[in-house]
Amino acid sequence: MTFEIIMIVSLCFLTLSILANIYRVVKGPSSADRIQALDAIGINLIASIAVFSVLLHTHAFFDLILLIGILSFVGTVAFSRFTERGMVIKQKDEG
Amino acid sequence: MNSLHMLIFIPFVFAMAIPLLYKLFHPKIHLGWFVLLIPLVIFLHLLRYIPLVAKGDHLTTSLAWLPSMEMNLDFYLDGLALLFGLLISGIGVLVIIYSIFYLSKHREELHKFYMYLMMFMGAMLGLVFSDNIFILYGFWELTSISSFLLIAFWYERKSSRDGAMKSLLITVFGGLCMFAGMIMLTLITDTYSIREMILNVEFVQAHKLFIPVIICILLGAFTKSAQFPFSIWLPGAMEAPTPVSAYLHSATMVKAGIYLVARFTPVFGGSSVWFWLVSGIGIITLLYGSITAVRQTDLKALLAYSTISQLGLIMSLLGIGSFTFYFGPSEHGVTYSMAIFAAIFHLFNHSMFKGSLFMVVGIIDHETGTRDIRRLGGLMQLMPVSFTVALIGGFSMAGLPPFNGFLSKEMFFKAVNDVRVAEIFHLETLGMLFPLLAWIASIFTFVYSMILVFKTFSGKYRQEKLNRDVHEAPFGMLIPSVILAFFVVVIFLFPNVFSKYLLKPAFVAILPMFTIDKVDIKISAWHGWNTELLMTIGVVIMGSLLFITVKRWVPLLKQYPQWLTLNNLFEKSLEKVERYSLTLTNRYMTGSIRHYFIYIFSFFVIVLAGSLLLLHGIQFDVSEDNVISIYDVGLVLGVMIAALTVLFTSNRMTAIVALSVVGYLVTMFFVIFRAPDLALTQMVVETVTTVLFLLCFYHLPKLQKKIGRIKFKLTNLIVSVATGLTITILALSSNSHKLFEPISYFFENAYELAGAKNIVNAILVDFRGFDTMLEISVLCIAGLGVYTLARFRMKGSDQNEAE
Repeated sequence: MTFEIIMIVSLCFLTLSILANIYRVVKGPSSADRIQALDAIGINLIASIAVFSVLLHTHAFFDLILLIGILSFVGTVAFSRFTERGMVIKQKDEG
Repeated sequence: MNSLHMLIFIPFVFAMAIPLLYKLFHPKIHLGWFVLLIPLVIFLHLLRYIPLVAKGDHLTTSLAWLPSMEMNLDFYLDGLALLFGLLISGIGVLVIIYSIFYLSKHREELHKFYMYLMMFMGAMLGLVFSDNIFILYGFWELTSISSFLLIAFWYERKSSRDGAMKSLLITVFGGLCMFAGMIMLTLITDTYSIREMILNVEFVQAHKLFIPVIICILLGAFTKSAQFPFSIWLPGAMEAPTPVSAYLHSATMVKAGIYLVARFTPVFGGSSVWFWLVSGIGIITLLYGSITAVRQTDLKALLAYSTISQLGLIMSLLGIGSFTFYFGPSEHGVTYSMAIFAAIFHLFNHSMFKGSLFMVVGIIDHETGTRDIRRLGGLMQLMPVSFTVALIGGFSMAGLPPFNGFLSKEMFFKAVNDVRVAEIFHLETLGMLFPLLAWIASIFTFVYSMILVFKTFSGKYRQEKLNRDVHEAPFGMLIPSVILAFFVVVIFLFPNVFSKYLLKPAFVAILPMFTIDKVDIKISAWHGWNTELLMTIGVVIMGSLLFITVKRWVPLLKQYPQWLTLNNLFEKSLEKVERYSLTLTNRYMTGSIRHYFIYIFSFFVIVLAGSLLLLHGIQFDVSEDNVISIYDVGLVLGVMIAALTVLFTSNRMTAIVALSVVGYLVTMFFVIFRAPDLALTQMVVETVTTVLFLLCFYHLPKLQKKIGRIKFKLTNLIVSVATGLTITILALSSNSHKLFEPISYFFENAYELAGAKNIVNAILVDFRGFDTMLEISVLCIAGLGVYTLARFRMKGSDQNEAE
């Protein structure tokens, strides 16, 4: 019982940190701040899902944890390339 | 398939053979000689039925077409149908002879002409012989279409095309109204057969749809028969070749409305609405047509208005004759039944003299090159035969002895005089109008008949105004008009022969309460010094006076403002309707997709919110809802903030990042609601979508990159808020209305049924595999679509985009 309360409390804290990141997404003066915040949201999600899985005694969401890890990386890279070079995928002839 | 069916389908079958004949024999033999056979055969064949019909018998025959719908080719031959059949085929023969000499085989597209004409003839025969009301309607529209084709026979002329379009618009409008009336009539009587409707009269007269039915059916009849105010198409139809005008627009098609009224008189007769509409409109048409005809300078236009006026005369007689159904076969009833007889008689006479007059006008046009009265004159010596025919036809039209028009005109006067003593339907006071209007109209009829005969044939011959040597028409052109003129005289001399064999059977067909051997009708040329004869003498005196002074008062008629004519009103309103509909369409079809979205969403809100409110569907039930934890609230808050950021940001990059946040948080929701597969998919799709957005941004034109935040528009705000609210309320309400048990228990057996532990996957590929297959094809199509869009660029596509 106490364990569950701890888990829920930690979920609440994670939610709070997601909200704080959203504040950065909305406010963040530059694009880089926002992308950084999005990446952080992804990591917070991973943590939340892990806590949630413990709470539900299931391992159905473990794939998802891995996937978010990969995809939030891909997303961040895509955003970074876009802000840096103005495009995501390099065209052959444009070198 | 018996001989009656054969008769009606021969013209259609032959019409198909015409192109072949044209190919084989053109230009050696005039196509008309082959076509001539058809009406001749029909005419001779119909003559054989005269003894049968004269006995008061009739013939019925049926050919299954759609038996399950009771739509069969039921044909019915009685006196009325036979009279029309003989007119159609008989005058058809004469018109085709005339057309052989009128239309050049080198210059005209004869195969088209005769195909249309055969189509018309078959349609007209089918119309008069049909017993099934919808088969009648089919043939009715076929006459409209073939008439349209014939009027625009010289399609390279604008006036022909205009005339054809006007006549099609008006007659098809009427035809569709009639169709509605017919449907109502079949609903009332529960039968498609006209004869059975006549047997069920009491249902019809007592039904609440009685007046709408009358109005709809009469709209059809009035538009076809060119009654006021639908008469405007008939003068326009004079752009057709003269044989067509003679055949369709004097003898046959314009009488289809008369036929319809006569056919349905037993169903509607005896009611005051029917009488006032038929007789009232008829007498107005009579007066309007005769006065307008005097103004005309074109001979064919004059004849067109005269046709309108004579059709009005017949129509008003049919209305008066419907009293017979009010009084029954009493003494009164017999008196008014004479009006029906007069209508049939005049219909018969009119076909003769009007046909001959049209042919004469065609001859004049053909020989002098003009139909303008102001350029014609003094043709008497040059064209003696035409003059004789015109004289006979014109005097008959004016109602003078010794021609058949005299007899029917006298009967008409008698009928309108009898209206006064009817003392029903408010006729005690208004009844006086009938003889008065009829008399005035007859005077004008006399005047225009005299104008037609004397302005063209007497007076000075003006060679300088005509650009060719005028001489008598070829023999073949004169023959048909001479035959018709001959009949005009013969009918006057021996009216009772025609009456016994043709008119009486038709009379009995309209008035079924009389039997043929009990009817005692004697037409006599001399009937004593009575009111009718005095009226005719008055017509002659007044008419002669007016004709002598015609130059003084006709300009007065021409003072009538041009913009107030019916024709002008029709054209102006057509123009207005086109303009207003264009303006209206342009107003809401702006081409802007934002506007269309506003329409779509407003409509959506109105329909859904409206039905929710009207059906009292709003209901919230929270008893079965789950407990909401604190982190759920936090996540919802996060989604809301991110979504609002998309709306209010001025930076594209921020918008897309915020959108990603929404996507990530939705993944979290899927987790909370225990949907791991959905969460996986959502995450992948979210990332791919983001990458695609970024790809698109790279290609945006430089100019528009500076777009700031979305502009505020009140309409958009209202529509979007309303849409959101509607959806929310709908979702909450439907969640509170759980009517059935969910079927998910079935899928919970996934392991036993499909051997799968993951029920989502089992549903996707096993239980509901079809959906998955089609969604895969959707993805394939999308992929191929993107590939083709990116890869295959048509030449000039860039310019199109720039536009």
